[in-house]
Amino acid sequence: MRQPLLRLSQITKSFGAVRALKGVSFELHPGEVHALLGENGAGKSTLIKVITGAHQPDGGTLEIGGTTVSNLTPTRARKLGIACIYQQPALFPDLSVSENIGLRLEGGAFFAKVHWKQRRKNADALLARIGAALDPETPVRSLSMPEQQLVEIACALGSGAKTVIMDEPTASLTQVEQELLFGVVRDLRASGAGVVYISHRLEEIFALADRVTVLRDGQSISTRAVRSELGAMELTEEELISLMVGREVASIYPHRGGSPGETVLELENVCCAAGGIANISLAVRAGEILGLAGLVGAGRTELARVLFGITPADSGTIRLLGRNVQVRSPQQAVSLGIGYVPEDRRRHGVILPMPIAENMSMAVHPKLFPGKWLRFEAERALGLRFIEELGIKAYGPEAPGGSLSGGNQQKVSLARWLATEPRLLILDDPTQGVDVGAKSEIHRIIRDLAAKGLAVLMISSDLPEVLGMSDRIAVMRGGRLVETFEGSTATAQRVMSAALRPS
Amino acid sequence: MKRYFRELSVAAALVLLLLLLALFAPHFYELQPLLSRLTAQIPTLVLTLGIALVMLTRQIDISVGSQFGLCAVLAGLVSAGGHGLPVSLAAALGAGAFMGALNGCLVAWMRLPSIVVTLATMVTWAEVLRLFQQGKFVNLAPGVQWFGLSQLGGQLTLLGVGGALVALAAYLLKNTSGGRHVYAVGSDAEAARLSGINPSAVTFGVFVLMGTLAGLAAVLNLVQSPQVDPKCGTGLELKAIAAAVVGGVAVNGGRGSLWGALAGLLLLATINPALTFLHVEAYWEKAIQGLVILLAVIADGIRSRRNLN
Ligand SMILES: Nc1ncnc2c1ncn2[C@@H]1O[C@H](COP(=O)(O)OP(=O)(O)OP(=O)(O)O)[C@@H](O)[C@H]1O
Ligand SMILES: [Mg+2]
Repeated sequence: MRQPLLRLSQITKSFGAVRALKGVSFELHPGEVHALLGENGAGKSTLIKVITGAHQPDGGTLEIGGTTVSNLTPTRARKLGIACIYQQPALFPDLSVSENIGLRLEGGAFFAKVHWKQRRKNADALLARIGAALDPETPVRSLSMPEQQLVEIACALGSGAKTVIMDEPTASLTQVEQELLFGVVRDLRASGAGVVYISHRLEEIFALADRVTVLRDGQSISTRAVRSELGAMELTEEELISLMVGREVASIYPHRGGSPGETVLELENVCCAAGGIANISLAVRAGEILGLAGLVGAGRTELARVLFGITPADSGTIRLLGRNVQVRSPQQAVSLGIGYVPEDRRRHGVILPMPIAENMSMAVHPKLFPGKWLRFEAERALGLRFIEELGIKAYGPEAPGGSLSGGNQQKVSLARWLATEPRLLILDDPTQGVDVGAKSEIHRIIRDLAAKGLAVLMISSDLPEVLGMSDRIAVMRGGRLVETFEGSTATAQRVMSAALRPS
Repeated sequence: MKRYFRELSVAAALVLLLLLLALFAPHFYELQPLLSRLTAQIPTLVLTLGIALVMLTRQIDISVGSQFGLCAVLAGLVSAGGHGLPVSLAAALGAGAFMGALNGCLVAWMRLPSIVVTLATMVTWAEVLRLFQQGKFVNLAPGVQWFGLSQLGGQLTLLGVGGALVALAAYLLKNTSGGRHVYAVGSDAEAARLSGINPSAVTFGVFVLMGTLAGLAAVLNLVQSPQVDPKCGTGLELKAIAAAVVGGVAVNGGRGSLWGALAGLLLLATINPALTFLHVEAYWEKAIQGLVILLAVIADGIRSRRNLN
């Protein structure tokens, strides 16, 4: 057997009273894709940060390439050939794509001359290699979350690292970009690198991984081969889930609702040049879930931002409950009964230093505190209710948002809007980065809300989710609405071909 | 407990200093001088409250010293013109609110960086005052000093006003939606906006409040002497900012409390007399004050680094 690239044994790590890792052992061999699986807050990201030197472990040993290392720093880890795509893209927002790639990969001396042409060419080549259609000169700030993720992937690829770690790289990617990424992963494996791959989507794990290690509550429960030597599947989805959760989880989508009620939202020829969308006409009725499908950059998030008043529409009519409205700002949207769970919880969702109960009550102050004064018991009760309902893993409603794992932050962001009991709820990838158990819980909650008369507009990059949840599916492409399907008749193929068809 | 660690450690340092003084320099506690030292800090305290709010929204206002001076001279002239204290107060508050609103407009609606905007208004107001007043003192009408009370009565009134203001402001900040919005905007303006808060309105409001408090502070200063010095505001912005920083108000917004700012101010204000009473050479004063501020900033740095991980 060849020398493993990484060997971790009995790693422990605590944050104050929170024991994030209680003894994790893990090995990565060259030429393998090793998946790391576990519920939200199981400790996956923390383990990754130990490997990349971002966190110092409290105990246990870490071997890289056969030698034990202690006091690892991010710089040293990079020198040792470890590259990482974090769950949240960590790019410099004001620099361009090529500058970001350059900074990550060149790492010259302080006074080293920057070869701009070379840098640009490099960036072009890397982006082309992963098949991303991005202009290297655009500032990262103006890229969407999935586009930023593509830049991260390009960086990891360009670093020539022997160990590449991907923490939920596909959480915000749609099918097509996912395929690009899978290609990159397979290339890396073929070239003898080892890939640590974290995802909550089990189908990806079956498609990509050679072995899988399951974490539960900060401990490694077991490591299993996905396929036997002969290529036969050794694991079933049910097995994996029960290893991960320790109980059975309903993996079927909740039943579609009955007949929808009055029209809540109606759009006619809505255009917004700033958001790059044009001539959108659609309707969402009470009790209905309208799924919005399309590729990254098709304008789905932009449409959501128009409806929520972040980039107001230039022309066209928006009717809410039969009344013509102009949504010019988020405050106005909130007072009209619109809720919006944004795609990027890190930048636009959860306020990290703020306790989660305060995060959740943020949009319901007038309702929760009718007498103007804040009532801390009511706020705490709200926090406890959603921690319970959504199964948020935190030490209490007073835990700051920043201390939660990525998936749990997503749940906090969702809770904020569920608390407002809106008439129209816009969800931008509501279950990205959420584990299977919580995902089906969130699906059930969304369905229940719809059954109570809420109109839901759900953007999702997860095609099975769109197909499973939506009563109708609208497909966007290039900033336009191109086709609408009935949920019961839509198939993955029809939706994808509508999203892809060249115009 | 953990949440107020910083405030409590500043308070502990203050108590320690006071204990030292009680042991080695009991003269420090002689009533009349102590009272005078305390009342002299009331105007700075009022400014510090405003600055703390501005800093909590992740902005800064370095024009407060100039605003203070302008308001003080204006109030003095109104008083010298034969109007009563209430009219002077109204003039000072109005002028302060106006100057605050100007800063607020430029920062909140035109989205200019507050350090640059308030640097410009700081210089502008100081120059306006210099050209207009040419450095002349303003003699106040009799009956303005100490609110027309005895000195003791006036000093106690000032203490009462200062204390009530801190308590009121701290209570409102903690217990109202507006207060919560200040923290939300300071921590993450974009997230706040997406929750239906209007960050520009919050920022604007805070700057107007800052200006109004500068006007109030000017009047609370003016009643302590028979004349108004047109230079009375010079350097006050630094004192107020230093107090807020030492008291744990984060320079990058969203963290801190007004009680902390009060503790910071008291600590800084006690260091100077303490050094005198403990017979430390006078030229150490500034160095030690600087050291305290540096310590506070380092503590902040460590805290925010830990939060990042
Ligand atoms: N800086 C921190 N301070 C306090 N607690 C933390 C911190 N970082 C992580 N934790 C806690 O450690 C635990 C593990 O978190 P981690 O981010 O590793 O989970 P994860 O498996 O990556 O989850 P997800 O699937 O949601 O991304 C969680 O309970 C989390 O709340
Ligand atoms: Mg994670």
